[in-house]
Amino acid sequence: MLYFSKLRVFSVLIFTLIISYFTISNFTKVDDEFFSKNIKLGLDLQGGSYLLLEIDNEPVITQRLQSKVLEFKKFFRDKDIKVRNFVIENKSIIFDVENSKIENVKSLLDEDKSEINPYFQQYKSHQFNFENIDTSFKLEFSDYGLVLLKNSSLDQAIETVRRRVDEVGTNEPNILKRGNDRILVELPGLDDPGRIKSLLGKTANLTFQFVTINQEESFGTEKIPFEDGSGETIVSKRIILSGDNLADAKPTMNSQTNETVVSFNLDRVGAKKFGKATSSGVGRTLAIVLDGKIISAPVIREPIVGGSGQISGDFTFQSATDLALLLRSGALPAPLNIIEERTVGPDLGKDSINAGIMSLIIGFFLVVAFMLYKYRFFGLIANLALISNLFLLVGILTLFEATLTLPGIAGIILTVGMAVDANVLIFERIKEELKNENNSIVAFDSGYTKSRTTILDANITTLIAAVILFFMGSGPIKGFSITLGVGILTTLFSVYFIARLITAYYVIKNKHKEKLI
Amino acid sequence: MKTIYFNKFYKSFNILSGILIIASLVFLVFKGLNFGVDFKGGTLIELRTDISSANITKIRDSFNQMNLGDISVKNFGNETDFVVKFEKQNSNDPQFIEEIKTKLSNSIGKVDFRRVENVGPKVSAELLRSGVIAIALSLAAMLLYIWIRFEWQFSLGAILALFHDVIITLGVFSVFSLEINLSIVAAVLTIVGYSMNDTVVIFDRVRENLRKYADVKIFELTNISINETLSRTIITSVTTLLALLSIFIFGGEILKGFSLAMILGVIFGTYSSIYIANPVLVYLKVNQRTIVKEEKE
Repeated sequence: MLYFSKLRVFSVLIFTLIISYFTISNFTKVDDEFFSKNIKLGLDLQGGSYLLLEIDNEPVITQRLQSKVLEFKKFFRDKDIKVRNFVIENKSIIFDVENSKIENVKSLLDEDKSEINPYFQQYKSHQFNFENIDTSFKLEFSDYGLVLLKNSSLDQAIETVRRRVDEVGTNEPNILKRGNDRILVELPGLDDPGRIKSLLGKTANLTFQFVTINQEESFGTEKIPFEDGSGETIVSKRIILSGDNLADAKPTMNSQTNETVVSFNLDRVGAKKFGKATSSGVGRTLAIVLDGKIISAPVIREPIVGGSGQISGDFTFQSATDLALLLRSGALPAPLNIIEERTVGPDLGKDSINAGIMSLIIGFFLVVAFMLYKYRFFGLIANLALISNLFLLVGILTLFEATLTLPGIAGIILTVGMAVDANVLIFERIKEELKNENNSIVAFDSGYTKSRTTILDANITTLIAAVILFFMGSGPIKGFSITLGVGILTTLFSVYFIARLITAYYVIKNKHKEKLI
Repeated sequence: MKTIYFNKFYKSFNILSGILIIASLVFLVFKGLNFGVDFKGGTLIELRTDISSANITKIRDSFNQMNLGDISVKNFGNETDFVVKFEKQNSNDPQFIEEIKTKLSNSIGKVDFRRVENVGPKVSAELLRSGVIAIALSLAAMLLYIWIRFEWQFSLGAILALFHDVIITLGVFSVFSLEINLSIVAAVLTIVGYSMNDTVVIFDRVRENLRKYADVKIFELTNISINETLSRTIITSVTTLLALLSIFIFGGEILKGFSLAMILGVIFGTYSSIYIANPVLVYLKVNQRTIVKEEKE
């Protein structure tokens, strides 16, 4: 039907105007909060860094198994079951049980409400799968146990990453989880990610341990190298204090030695522990270990009870600042590897925007000129539809604050080229209908009706491609799929509501004219 | 408008297409594709320098001294811009890029890094896999759609046309060693959509005409349908190509490969809707019963 009700005309108009207003709000300052939205520019357009980090969970698994061994030992002792020969091997715990208790241990591990092998009631999967051969038991993380472990280490890591990035003070960073062992960090405006990378690359595990050369040690000892490469020394495995107990850290100048140092304050528990250890250890050497390397090893001259201290160690002001930052933001549960990095400088981004807009304008005018040449007055109608289509497309992208990327701009230009297709299909059909039909209103009407399935078919195929790209693509490509997909919807709207409205109005006014199209 | 006898050339163009597809496959198998860092892993640096003596040889020489594996240096758009690609990627070392920059500045002078991409082997393998899955998925989705909308003879024609377009476009990329990166995957998917779109428009008309003219042979009927939709086919191809040419010429170096792939795709897509999709209907002897039978069921 070429007839449009007043209400329909009115709502089409209002809808188009409101959405178009969002487009304009990108270029002007709008006071109203609802309308003052902007399209977000992707990193490829505004410049910035994209980093994909992957957690190396191996150390977390080993750590978790170690603490699980302690749990097992206590658990079985309480149950009066003798277990021995605990070994951690190939990400599994192996131990032996006395003959008479094998069935007992099995059921303890296997029951639904198992305390030592939990989660079954919640997730229908135990934390560990186990095998039993003779008296030997072998426990391995179940898939679910592993997922839970990875999730919790990812949660912890993402918090630390966020604190570190925030401390550096970049502009609106975007930090997101990807899968169960990856973190995506987007840093708009940052063209040299070197410092952030070096900050994210450190786990920043800080411990204080006594050096134990020539001394008996019940906790066992380990060899730890010095950071500056000057050999290694033997320290106790007993951790007096770790970075967790730090309340604050900042770089300062030691007025006596004129050295840059990192001074720290401990929380209450930490201060107590540190006071006790330093009181009993006057005269001993304290190793300050960061990520498996001794950064300094001062001799304790007097008990430190105030809960504050200093770390010295050949720092420049920059490295002291970084260390303080790392200590404040806490340790990562596991090392992070940067597996993908993309950085675009701000001037390349600007060039890309200019080139994108330039090609949009030129492409737009070429298409508009061609349509005018081909269809004259109806070309004008198609062009009006095209303009409103552009306004609607950009308006909707703004309304949803979508991210515009360089391929996204290409998607808009491509939409300009393909959007006229629907009107062309309709106009060509109307021309055919007019050959056999004298009543132009009927001809126009059936032109619209008969071309409808074809237009739907044609647009659905492109929409399918856009949807698949949206789900499979990443970053800039996603931006392309969004503009392409939204472009199809706005095209259909502009063709069936706007162009059709104008066409109908024109045809009804000029129904007796020869050669309408 | 005068009728053009497209159907006279069905056979000769099918032979030509056959040759092009075989040649493309030969190139794809033996020469392969020139994968960019997205899919191969490694490092890409786009740099700009205002030193007039800087040229490809000089830049390659100074990179060669840094022990970074296989290196490629190309001009990028204009004389002051270069793109350097090499195998080594070490994004974990925060100083990696910085050191390269320092060494380069020492040997040729001040350079500005406009873009750095560093993709690890795991990520590039995943990107490649998801790219292949995306293309396969889109082909499958098109197959499903066309299978629901049309009879199987039409589906086969449309899908053959699709494969034709994708294979030859990739073939051209192989012959000229043009880089395949993430945006090319996007282009291929859009080509798939466009090619299907174009074929569907003609097929819709073929089906309509099958109902209308009971006694016209499919050989004639496809030609009638192609002619009836011809002006639309031309206008849409032209406007789409105008938009794409505008991207190709004015859209900057980054979009060159993407727009080129699309331009090729649109040309092949338009051609294949006429010369692949329609002859298939002829070979499969589609007639009025083909669609009437479907509709009775």
